[in-house]
Amino acid sequence: MNATIAMITFRAMLGRRRALLLLGLPLVMLVLAVVLRATGNDDLDVSTEVLQKVALAALLPLLALIAGTGVIGPEIDDGQIMYVLTKPIPRQVVVLTKLAVAIVLVTAFAVVPTLLAGLVLTGTTAGLTPAFTVGVLVGGVAYSAVFVALAVMSRNAVTIGLLYALVWESLLGSFAPGAKQASIQQWAMSVTDKLTSASPVESTVSLPVAITLLVAVTVVGTFLAAFRLRSLTVASAE
Amino acid sequence: MSTSTIHDIGYRHYEGRRSGRAYVLRSLYVHNLRAAFGLGRPARAKIMPFLVAALMLLPAIGSVAAFAVTDQEDALIRYASYANIMQVIVAIFLATQAPVLASREIRFHVIPLYFSRPVGHLDFVLAKAAALATALFALMAVPVTVLYIGGLVAKAPDSGEQLLRYLGALVGCVLYALVLSAIGMVVAAFTPRRGFGVAAVIAVFMLSTAFVGAVQGIAEANTNFTLQGWIGLGTPFNLVDIVQVRLLGARSSSPGIAPGVAGGVVALAECAVIVVGSVAVLYRRFRKAGLS
Repeated sequence: MNATIAMITFRAMLGRRRALLLLGLPLVMLVLAVVLRATGNDDLDVSTEVLQKVALAALLPLLALIAGTGVIGPEIDDGQIMYVLTKPIPRQVVVLTKLAVAIVLVTAFAVVPTLLAGLVLTGTTAGLTPAFTVGVLVGGVAYSAVFVALAVMSRNAVTIGLLYALVWESLLGSFAPGAKQASIQQWAMSVTDKLTSASPVESTVSLPVAITLLVAVTVVGTFLAAFRLRSLTVASAE
Repeated sequence: MSTSTIHDIGYRHYEGRRSGRAYVLRSLYVHNLRAAFGLGRPARAKIMPFLVAALMLLPAIGSVAAFAVTDQEDALIRYASYANIMQVIVAIFLATQAPVLASREIRFHVIPLYFSRPVGHLDFVLAKAAALATALFALMAVPVTVLYIGGLVAKAPDSGEQLLRYLGALVGCVLYALVLSAIGMVVAAFTPRRGFGVAAVIAVFMLSTAFVGAVQGIAEANTNFTLQGWIGLGTPFNLVDIVQVRLLGARSSSPGIAPGVAGGVVALAECAVIVVGSVAVLYRRFRKAGLS
């Protein structure tokens, strides 16, 4: 960990209008939760639906994508990363710091809002809210690691991430059950399922497999990012 | 000090024919249209638009093949529903390519270079918006055309009816292209940082879809179909689908459709507001970027 790099990254991610983008996304979900609560549509089925479809399936991948690729992608693209890489700081420290910043951002803008939305909707009934909070947190860590690695490896990281999150996890997941096995979203669901007694929560992956894969993906993503950053070729911007 | 003067040091003046405004518009349009598919740029800029276009085409080809083999009319995807069914792919194309057109020049501060030439602010914006709309139209119309031609070759019944539906779907595609490019360009023009534009555009689509979807689900559970229909105006794909269903006689492929012809007219009006509003916002944005 390097405090200076973390500071600079935070400033790049939260400066000016970018913070609004990050803040606007969870705000929509919170507004939805408050509206549902106010109109009395806050039973367990609806709450599960909102937490799963909006928090876990839409908000989390989006925010993790913005945070994960945003912490390092733009710097690589415009060549500013050289100012960091030419300092006597080990590359894995750079990657770990960036990853930590991404995870903190995901926690602040996805995990905490999920907790709040859950509390507004159901309170602590059936352990649904804490279960989804933990699910979003572990999913967020894995997503962040994958997207940081993607950002180091490819300039099309954001698009590849979108194709994975939207096409692979959402579209193919609903047609081809096999695709669900290889989906961070489903692994996070599996963790959530274990922690709550609410019946509408269903997962397709068994818990040991899910946890193993979550850990494996996180570790591999981190290593891959560090490894690729060691031999990064910096091209000119576009 | 003495007053300074500009001396005529003998450069020859240009006295030939000026190509004029139409030429400027056409050049900008063609340049931006090529940029939307990464033509004239390095190979890595071409990968994504063509990959997404191929993804867009796959289900159409599969559907035609299934129709040819089974000869069942259900196997052929309805023309007017195609863009709506494939909305994730369309949104990804828009998200990746709108920043290419709308935010690259702002990011590198080169807009003033355009306006130091005889390029009007409005022409500049119109050419960009038209180029993105054309690219999106091509993305959606090509698979629909494949479906139609495939249906013709495999002898789908009622060829007159099919042609009518095909033309209706093309009109729908034009509307989709205009509305989507209007939204995408505005969002991208205000997020010049690389990667953020893509994320911001997709965020607008995903969150509006998730929000409206949740409300529609609950409205349906409470049998409040009026609310379910009208809230559909809140997401771009559902909005255009309302116009298609109510004014172009297509069959619905969205969870909620606003009732009656009035619903269609309101939806069409909203489309017009989005397009005109977007051009106005982009005009202001690029004029300001051109001053620096």
